[in-house]
Amino acid sequence: MKTLLTNVRLIDPEAQTDAPGWLLIDDAIIGATGPTGPAEPTADNVIDCGGKCLAPGIVDIGVKVCEPGERHKESYRSAGLAAAAGGITTMITRPDTLPAIDTPEVLEFVRRRANEAAPVNVLPMAALTKGREGREMTEIGFLLDAGAVGFTDCDRVISDTKVFSRALTYARSLGALVIAHVQEPILSLGASATSGKFASLRGLAAVTPMAERMALDRDIALLEMTGARYHADQITTARALPALERAKRNGLDITAGTSIHHLTLNELDLSDYRTFFKVKPPLRSEDDRFATVDAVRSGLIDIISSMHTPQDEESKRLPFDEAASGAVALETLLPAALRLYHADHLSLPQLFRALALNPAKRLGLSSGRLDPGAPADLVLFDPDKPFVLDRFKLLSKSKNTPFDGARMQGKVLATFVGGEKVFG
Amino acid sequence: MSFPHRHLLGIEPLAPADISTLLDLSDKYVDLNRSARKHTETLAGLTQINMFFENSTRTQASFELAGQRLGADVMNMAMQASSIKKGETLIDTALTLNAMHPDLLVVRHPDSGAVDLLSQKVNCAVLNAGDGRHEHPTQALLDALTIRRAKGRLHRLSIAICGDIAHSRVARSNILLLGKMENRIRLVGPPTLMPARIGEFGVEVYEDMREGLKDVDVVMMLRLQRERMDGGFIPSEREYFHRFGLDTEKLSYAKEDAIVMHPGPMNRGVEIDGEIADDINRSVIQEQVEMGVAVRMATMDILARNLREARVREREVMA
Repeated sequence: MKTLLTNVRLIDPEAQTDAPGWLLIDDAIIGATGPTGPAEPTADNVIDCGGKCLAPGIVDIGVKVCEPGERHKESYRSAGLAAAAGGITTMITRPDTLPAIDTPEVLEFVRRRANEAAPVNVLPMAALTKGREGREMTEIGFLLDAGAVGFTDCDRVISDTKVFSRALTYARSLGALVIAHVQEPILSLGASATSGKFASLRGLAAVTPMAERMALDRDIALLEMTGARYHADQITTARALPALERAKRNGLDITAGTSIHHLTLNELDLSDYRTFFKVKPPLRSEDDRFATVDAVRSGLIDIISSMHTPQDEESKRLPFDEAASGAVALETLLPAALRLYHADHLSLPQLFRALALNPAKRLGLSSGRLDPGAPADLVLFDPDKPFVLDRFKLLSKSKNTPFDGARMQGKVLATFVGGEKVFG
Repeated sequence: MSFPHRHLLGIEPLAPADISTLLDLSDKYVDLNRSARKHTETLAGLTQINMFFENSTRTQASFELAGQRLGADVMNMAMQASSIKKGETLIDTALTLNAMHPDLLVVRHPDSGAVDLLSQKVNCAVLNAGDGRHEHPTQALLDALTIRRAKGRLHRLSIAICGDIAHSRVARSNILLLGKMENRIRLVGPPTLMPARIGEFGVEVYEDMREGLKDVDVVMMLRLQRERMDGGFIPSEREYFHRFGLDTEKLSYAKEDAIVMHPGPMNRGVEIDGEIADDINRSVIQEQVEMGVAVRMATMDILARNLREARVREREVMA
């Protein structure tokens, strides 16, 4: 069956263009695209999209779904629905569950659950070390065979450099991608804010922004030793950027991501001690935020992620230093990212390069682009539609969003996965 | 007399006029406390609950006495022993407590911001008796009252705050209050005990006691917590006393009539020499304790007035 989406603004992150056109969905794949004009193809089904934006669906690296272990916080069903509503067509899930996803058997369970329950693509990552304890590496080979697309201990940094260098060496031999959290673990222990005037005034346990650069510097040295494929999950400070730039220039196989929260919020948002703003790493200064946005624009930072981390009310209704960190973001990723577009910091093609094309490329997926033959994973959205976010209307089971009550602009109108409409 | 605040959560939201209002009323309570019959019925019928999530003898006793002298029904809850250990969230604790209809809630908590969080969930006036490293507003007010009475003014004074600034809520509240009243503030201590970017608070930072104390009117010493003395922040107790402990020699750099303050409890021989602490011509440490009761009476009096007015307005709106 062929469906023609006509009268759209095609956001093409590969060509870096934003132009009126049409897109033909041929069953599960993109059949063809073209500029608006007389030569539009015929189809079984023609949808006039009213000039709204059509872009490749978002590929979100680092989504926490709380199965197994804490299904009351988020299940594959609820996360999948939230992702569809947020224009995310592929969730790359994290292994920091209870227990951790560190054996092929648990991975198998997760894949089965995900396929049954989620309307979007789900590709799991596995832990790099057993129980994410930083001592012994997992069965990287078996886990790759079972479908793991990346290996990460999530927010736990492997502080034993010998363990980490061996894991990187072993992963390199299998071509596996290792994703690391870059925070010097001892310095950042217990910190819930970035040190500076503001954290001093509020009396919060704080960590120097330099902790990020220290960890990145160590990992870059290990990459020079091992040649592994490596992705830094979140780069959020100005001081880490020169090291990243040098590592890329020297030809290391390194990419970097950042979170939507670090691109759109800063440390001043902690002023009321609202624990929904407690994330890992902690929110940074406005200077750091600006530098991070710049790095996404230049392409130095490759990927924007939601770092979706559901937390129940119990773990957030506590004093700031004691509360759990993390924020839900599947449904707010796109509207928050559009703040950067409306503020003229990033164009829509630049945004979708970081939201869809680059993460797909890094994981070797054929999605994330508008090429004929690519999967018809698409998001149709109105970038201008204003709304006020009500956290209780989110589809995620957990409602811990920092954007509660925030004015936002941009709504997803429809989401297609493999040519099927899963939202809208 | 106007004091446009429902709670006393910190010095930060107060205007200089608010501070003066509180101190003026405190002066009256000092007189009352020195009289033969130190009791009023100002808070008669109101319930004051002291919730201390952290051990405290002095502050809790001071708040308790203040409440009793004003005629309130005072209840103490030792929270470190009860529900928190059972895993109840702070907000649940607040809601439970709120159902008992307290009028004044005095809270001390080991976490910064915890008292703010509580205050959002209850229908009474909340007084911060110290939250983490954030604020301890009544301590700053009693220090201000002590200074004002000793020096005859609370502006254009040169004041040195010495010791562990990084972990001190007393220091933060004092920096804010004394800054708002337009004094010159110096912070003196080892750099490991200074908060990050403290220079941006409009203070001068010194790492040498003699330079820091030069010509100051007030020397405010802070307590060094035992757990900070283990080599993590300073090498040893004796090296700290040698470099930063207040003794007669170092004090001689301050003005001749400089007063010495300490929020207590003191570590004689660690941050302060016993001789100075007990010198009635220099040390106002006992006065600070006395002012504490008066300041707490004044604060509770004013917050109770606001509470009563708010409740009358609420009833009018309902009617």
